[in-house]
Amino acid sequence: MQQTATKTLEVLAPSEAPENPAYIRFLRYHFWYGAAQALHGIDLDIPEKRVTALIGPSGCGKSTLLRNINRMNDLIDGVRHTGDLILGAHSVYDPSVEVIGLRKRVGMVFQKSNPFPKSIYENVIFALRMAGRTDRRLLDETVEKSLRDAALWDEVKDRLHESALGLSGGQQQRLCIARAVANRPEVLLMDEPCSALDPIATGKVEELMHELKKNYTIVIVTHNMQQAARVSDFTAFFYLGRLVEFNPTATIFLNPSQKRTEDYISGRFG
Amino acid sequence: MSEHPPPSTGSPGEAWVWFAGLGLVTGLAMVLGLLAVITWNGLGVFWPKDILKVDFKEGSAAGIGGAPALLGELIKTQERKMGQAPGQPLPMEWQVFTGNKDRYGQMFKYFDAAEIASHSKPAGVARVERLEYGPALGFPRSLNQDDGGVLPATDATFEKKLREAISGQRALRRDLRRVEKNEIGAVNARIESLRLKAKRLERNPGDPAKRAEIQRKIDAAQTEYEALSARAREIRGRKSGARLVLALGTGEESEVPVGQIVDTWRPNDMNAAQKTGHFLAAIGSYIVDEPREANTEGGVFPAIFGTFVMTLLMSLAVMPFGVVAAIYLREYAHQGSFVRGVRIAVNNLAGVPSIVYGVFGLGFFVYVIGGSLDRLFFADRLPSPTFGTGGLLWAALTLALMTVPVVIVSTEEALAAVSRGVREGALACGASKWQTIRSVVLPAAAPGMLTGLILAMARGAGEVAPLMIVGVVKLAPELPIDGLFPFIHLERKFMHLGFHIYDLGFQSPDSEAAKPMVFATTLLLIALVVALNAGAILLRNRLRKKLATGAF
Ligand SMILES: Nc1ncnc2c1ncn2[C@@H]1O[C@H](COP(=O)(O)OP(=O)(O)O)[C@@H](O)[C@H]1O
Ligand SMILES: [Mg+2]
Repeated sequence: MQQTATKTLEVLAPSEAPENPAYIRFLRYHFWYGAAQALHGIDLDIPEKRVTALIGPSGCGKSTLLRNINRMNDLIDGVRHTGDLILGAHSVYDPSVEVIGLRKRVGMVFQKSNPFPKSIYENVIFALRMAGRTDRRLLDETVEKSLRDAALWDEVKDRLHESALGLSGGQQQRLCIARAVANRPEVLLMDEPCSALDPIATGKVEELMHELKKNYTIVIVTHNMQQAARVSDFTAFFYLGRLVEFNPTATIFLNPSQKRTEDYISGRFG
Repeated sequence: MSEHPPPSTGSPGEAWVWFAGLGLVTGLAMVLGLLAVITWNGLGVFWPKDILKVDFKEGSAAGIGGAPALLGELIKTQERKMGQAPGQPLPMEWQVFTGNKDRYGQMFKYFDAAEIASHSKPAGVARVERLEYGPALGFPRSLNQDDGGVLPATDATFEKKLREAISGQRALRRDLRRVEKNEIGAVNARIESLRLKAKRLERNPGDPAKRAEIQRKIDAAQTEYEALSARAREIRGRKSGARLVLALGTGEESEVPVGQIVDTWRPNDMNAAQKTGHFLAAIGSYIVDEPREANTEGGVFPAIFGTFVMTLLMSLAVMPFGVVAAIYLREYAHQGSFVRGVRIAVNNLAGVPSIVYGVFGLGFFVYVIGGSLDRLFFADRLPSPTFGTGGLLWAALTLALMTVPVVIVSTEEALAAVSRGVREGALACGASKWQTIRSVVLPAAAPGMLTGLILAMARGAGEVAPLMIVGVVKLAPELPIDGLFPFIHLERKFMHLGFHIYDLGFQSPDSEAAKPMVFATTLLLIALVVALNAGAILLRNRLRKKLATGAF
């Protein structure tokens, strides 16, 4: 694991600025839950096909930021925002963007694994089923490819039609990842995907992210500094709803520009 | 808690644990006691009781019509409370079942134990179940044949001949019933519908050829009807005039036409195994037979069937309504004060007395909806109502209305228990709200909804009061489901076990004779409710297992 982190650092060290074009862009973005403001004027460019880690103490707004990218927060009564959030070429709030279509482009993996009470097979193709796809061959291919993507295929290929609830915690989380990538989304959002996993399962999910970033833009929330260092190319540090620092991960961990970032990373608070 | 300081000894609150435990024990004891009493009394009806011969003391006037002896089954002994000077000890009296209502005018006899000289269990005494007048008790003397031949009871073939004669007549009754009820009934229904068609044609005179055609069909049906009546007459003509002669306990003889005999047995001569066999057979025929003699004799099959069909229909009606309402309330409605108000109203509806629903069912379903249906679709039959009177459908809907709060409440709870994580997972996959509900939330909530159905059935199946005004009758001539098109007759009146109990216990001409049947029917009602619930629970467990194995 340590090796991987070092490698990442070496690769990224020479260039300090994001070399990839911004794929997700927050512009002067403020967000409120009713009267309580959760995000204050965020300006953030998340690069394409890279892993971006969001770190910061609990309650600083990481999940809120993440959940706005696929507009999951729309489900909550009384939310409100100003500023803009652009995904690819369009604002996610553009009247021409349908929430359902948006969510098909943005896969999401939750902190607590949430497989549906269905078979492994049905879990993986859930998004396709919802889109009305019935072509058997396509479904079969998707299941295999997604499960391979999630490094789960070898473990479950003989029990695809058994309940997903019979899998171990780590397998369930990887199944949720397979489910999230089954629809070939452009972006993969992960909110503390490893917080309930043991180290071995965590290692597998981390390896997975390395593979997945070839095709997907990944945003991951984590409380684990080592994990952020190991898996991410860029890191954003939040504090009290504000973006304190956004830089390549190597810079954040070796040479942070903000005192607060350094304090947080070295464990002096939070 | 401040008003009830915990006792000073032991850990605080320990007394309350004991108190709560005591409450549970009391509740359990009450339930078990109730079940035990009903089971004991209900099953006791079917056990063949020994028949006693009681000889009275010389010169005693306690016997029936002054007779020196009688035959009867001992019902109970008790202290006589009436006709005694104050201060004197209360004398014991016996209550015996003597049967032979046609002879004695009543079936029970009370007399003072002091009047008894001796009593015994004589061999050979028979109990004869009859179609009318209840059972007869006596010593079989002879079988008097149609042709004047007399077969004495001492003959070796007597028992066999008697059984043959009884079963021959039983088969005859069955044939007659089939012809009269099913075949003639079907022809009658056809004639009736043809008549209605003719009547319609008369009102807007059209094609005379069509009218002639219908008339021709009516005539054909009429001929068929006549042929069937002739057959029925012919079968009736085959009824034997043979009579079983009994020597009664009071000395005289009584003749019972064999055609009237349902069954006969000699309890004093039976061993335990034979009694058990008789007991089981009696329970069986109680379940599958039709009632006789103002419901106090025979079986209760139509009532079982009516209760079952009504409860199923109620479930079919209540589930969609309740589930849809709960989905709207929990998933779609804005959770404001209005929805809170609706919830409170729904909860209160569950507490409204059931008779109120009955009155509503009568006023709304029967008069308003049923009346309109009659005017729209069954105008030809007016003024006799089709749907404009109580019937199976209205009863089921009334009970569905009564139980819908139960289903709404438990469905809402089941929906609320589906984790937010799973819902968000589905939405994040690009499912619409309805898709999420349908494919993830509802399957997960299905067991909870079935719990609601179980509660609804438990409440609905045992309800009597509202049914009495929306369609239950003491004796329904036809079952609500039969072989006549359209097979399920939602407009028909039906019998119901709960009402049957009420009718037996409170409306029966001979309440003493009906009392054991009240218990037997109650036991059956409990068994039916338990069976229906067990069915639903089984279904729920299968769903749970499916859910766990992801077979959805
Ligand atoms: N559904 C909600 N309703 C109201 N306030 C919320 C809701 N979710 C989060 N918040 C608030 O928004 C702030 C940011 O929360 P969150 O984004 O979950 O933080 P993090 O994920 O960084 O721990 C917190 O103060 C939290 O209390
Ligand atoms: Mg969070």
